[in-house]
Parts: sequence; structure tokens; C-alpha cells
Amino acid sequence: MELLYFAWVREAVGVGQERVDPPEAVYNVADLICWLAGQSPGHAAAFADPTKLRAAIDQRFVSLDTPLHGAKEVALFPPVTGG
Amino acid sequence: MIRVSIDPAPIELALELAALEERGAGGVASFTGVVRGGDGITALELEHYPGMTEDALCTLAEQAMDRWSLLGVTVLHRVGRMEVGERIVFIGTAAAHRREALAACAYLIDRLKTDAPFWKREWRGEAASWVEARESDAEAASRW
Repeated sequence: MELLYFAWVREAVGVGQERVDPPEAVYNVADLICWLAGQSPGHAAAFADPTKLRAAIDQRFVSLDTPLHGAKEVALFPPVTGG
Repeated sequence: MIRVSIDPAPIELALELAALEERGAGGVASFTGVVRGGDGITALELEHYPGMTEDALCTLAEQAMDRWSLLGVTVLHRVGRMEVGERIVFIGTAAAHRREALAACAYLIDRLKTDAPFWKREWRGEAASWVEARESDAEAASRW
């Protein structure tokens, strides 16, 4: 699964993109965020507070309780601030 | 005609409006977002999600086209760094009558702020800070 990070999430993790293969127990986006938080100090900083994060699966906005089943690309980012 | 573009290049207002007027519609409405100074802000920087952001803007343009039977829609959003006074975003709509053109234009900028993945960073000289999403933007989007 390809992961993409934007804005301060990217800066905290230190990379904008990475490939991961989470364990079976990681069922939805919220689980993924918890699992990622344990991957490095940068990940811990980025994923400490899931309420500050939003997500997209295969370029569609999703809520954090959305299952990851079959997801190819998951993006994690702060609420959008365009316009 | 739908024209959607995400690009660092400056927005050429006259060209964009002329293209919409050429649609032969009775009314053309537009909105331009400009980098505001004040509060020590010297520049803005915009980031987007290549692929998803374009799709999101095209979907919004198609929705507005259908809902208000528009003859033309233009949605331009810049990315990268912009100084105070520079244009960030341009929305243009062409319709048979003013009501549809104005409503579609307001719809597009309201929804763009919540439905399209962009992230804004404010620069104050050398110091930079990511802008927080505003509740008021979410409310503005939900009224449609």
C-alpha cells in the first residue's frame, strides 16, 4: 500500500511518500494511523492526534473508520485550506 | 466548456473573462481570491494533491454546470509561493441569466474550500506556519 503525506504531516514524518505493508489487524484508517504512530519518532509526532487528520483512499475523501480493504493509495493530511 | 487548471503561473484575468464572454451567454460572474497582507503576512504557499485535486475541481465544475445549466465554467487555482497582492484563485461562470451565474460562482468557491485538497502556509518573513481549517468555511460549504 502506497502512503502519501501532505503539509505538516509530511514535514513531521520527514517523507511525502512511503510504501508499507501493515499487519492484518490494521483494518481501517484509524488503525493505520495508530500503527504508523509506532513506526518512528517522526511518525509518532505526525500521528499523535488522529482528530487533527483527514484521509483519502484512492484519491477519494474517506472517514477514519473506513476499511482499508483493497486500498492501493492512502493519503493522510490536515483539514484542507484551499481557495 | 469547462476549464480547470492548477498551476504556479499567474492568473491572466482579462484572458479568462474574455474566454467566458465568448460563450455568448447573457451573464458572466467571477470571483478572484488575492493574497491578503496584514498580520505580518508577506507571502502564501499553496500545496495540493496531484491527481486528486484536479479531479475534485472537475467534479465541482461539472456539478455547477448541471445544476445551473451553465455555458462555461473556469476554475483556476495557483500552487507554490505567492506574494501579497497576487491572485490565488479564479472562478468564472457563464449562464443565460445573472442569478445562475452568480449562484454557481458562489457555490464553486464555497465548495472548493472544503472539497478540494489544498493546504495553505503563511509566511511572515522567514517564519512559516500552516493555516488551520476554519469552521466558517465548513458552514459556508454546507449551505449548498
